[in-house]
Amino acid sequence: MSDQKKLNRRDFLYTTSYTIGAVGVGAVVWPLIDQMNPDTSVKALASTEVDISSVEPGKSITVLWRGKPVFIKRRTQEEIAEARAVNLEDLKHPERDEDRAKNPEWLVMLGVCTHLGCVPLGEKGDYNGWFCPCHGSHYDTAGRIRKGPAPQNMEIPKYEFVDSNTIKIG
Amino acid sequence: MSDHNYVPSSKIGKWFNDRLPLLSLGAHLADYPTPKNLNYWWTFGGILTFCLITQIVTGVVLGMHYVAHADLAFESVEHIMRDVNYGWLIRYVHSNGASMFFLAVYIHIFRSLYYGSYKSPREVIWIIGMIIYLLMMMTAFMGYVLPWGQMSFWGATVITSLFSAIPLIGESITSWLWGGYAVDNPTLTRFFSLHYLLPFLILGLVVLHIWALHIPGNNNPIGIEVKKPSNNTVPFHPYIVIKDLFALLLFLILFAFFIFYSPNILGHSDNYIEANPLVTPTHIVPEWYLLPFYAILRSVPDKLLGVIAMFASIFILVILPWLDTSKIRSAIFRPLYKQFYWILFFDVIILGYMGAMPAEGLYLLIARVATAYYFIHFLIILPILGNKEKTISLPLSISEPVLGKMLKEDMVKNEKEFTN
Repeated sequence: MSDQKKLNRRDFLYTTSYTIGAVGVGAVVWPLIDQMNPDTSVKALASTEVDISSVEPGKSITVLWRGKPVFIKRRTQEEIAEARAVNLEDLKHPERDEDRAKNPEWLVMLGVCTHLGCVPLGEKGDYNGWFCPCHGSHYDTAGRIRKGPAPQNMEIPKYEFVDSNTIKIG
Repeated sequence: MSDHNYVPSSKIGKWFNDRLPLLSLGAHLADYPTPKNLNYWWTFGGILTFCLITQIVTGVVLGMHYVAHADLAFESVEHIMRDVNYGWLIRYVHSNGASMFFLAVYIHIFRSLYYGSYKSPREVIWIIGMIIYLLMMMTAFMGYVLPWGQMSFWGATVITSLFSAIPLIGESITSWLWGGYAVDNPTLTRFFSLHYLLPFLILGLVVLHIWALHIPGNNNPIGIEVKKPSNNTVPFHPYIVIKDLFALLLFLILFAFFIFYSPNILGHSDNYIEANPLVTPTHIVPEWYLLPFYAILRSVPDKLLGVIAMFASIFILVILPWLDTSKIRSAIFRPLYKQFYWILFFDVIILGYMGAMPAEGLYLLIARVATAYYFIHFLIILPILGNKEKTISLPLSISEPVLGKMLKEDMVKNEKEFTN
């Protein structure tokens, strides 16, 4: 064999060795990284049923779902009207109230400010909705961000009405 | 250096030293030539070593009584405070020790900025120092979460949520950090594990920091290179050792004042309320030593850009040796830099104050100006100043400012004779 050929063969061996080595290291490291992701017991708590029969119009309750607060607000006619009258162009994160509250009387959303995760206070702020005391984000009666550093509206979780008095979240 | 040919006097010492030259290392550390003009701002390296050891010792002891579980952590801390023998003392030393550690490290960093200690050939010492500083912030943050009070919980929520600002993968990263969908028990246990690990990484980096220091030797207030050893240096032991110990004694008076007279003044009273995921405290503030960065984060109205600005404010320090273009190290000979240095100093103090205030109105405006100035100082003023500034001429040796110019020629001659 010529020198040239020997050199190429050596290069090939180096490249394949390093590649196999890298794959091996990756295979070993991945379990060490993935163990930090939510485990099966955490994922198992993925849904919760809530009795809403005692909630008066204009009032809201807060329940814990996946370690996070969920606001369940029974809105008044004025609050619904206010939320639906908003021009979509005025919104930082445009979403129609009809899409956020399928049943207009009930607004179900994660009570987590989309800025840095604080719990906003109800019936406060410039838009009669929620106000986050941490860094001053104002939300309207549909939980949409109107003013302040939060980039998005408060998240709507997956939920359904099991019957007229029970909501299943998750 | 003199220790290269060190021979132990005893036979057993020689036997051991031939196999593991620990005694040579000891001799090197004792004889290490130090510029004779070092002032008290140079004693904080020793003080910081003391702080690290104190945190490790008290931390290991606390770990014997603390329980890392969301249901038990808060109670176990109260148990330490009320039931464990001297538990109150050990915990107060540990919690106030963190503040003292940061106080010392800020003085150490600002000393370096004033005397240009980060410049060639000491860039690597500086960069290792900055990595240590970053690890210190992470360790302190995770340690603050462990008592599982309201500030622990919501501080952890806000800081980990910073990562959700990253486009596309942000949400996955935060849930990976949490081990769930919110800060909860899995978060607490991993923070405990890492809080125990990181100080030992810091210890390793401190060894590298000192090793890298011992290659070029100490900078000094005049900032000119000193021939080592020469009549311009003194051996580390006993001269610097005694001076460092005296400074440590003064530092300990302040430390003891906090521990025994106002152990909670640097903390937040809300952390004596157990963590509640349904109620956010009205005013979340980090510990005082993180406030300037918190102010930078909040002064930017956009979430992602705010997070970037905060991390950039730390990273900019890492590349400082290349941003400062001036060859002159000490601010003593840089009349303009000296003024900008003090403006930066007060700028950081203002940022710290604004970090503790609500982010609205005039506070927000001042925080924005201070944030802008912070970046202007490092990115615009320092690179330009190096070329434009008219500096004061450097003395020929570190003895000259003390002994006067009359002796200049004599000294130069002496130094030559000594080193020859």
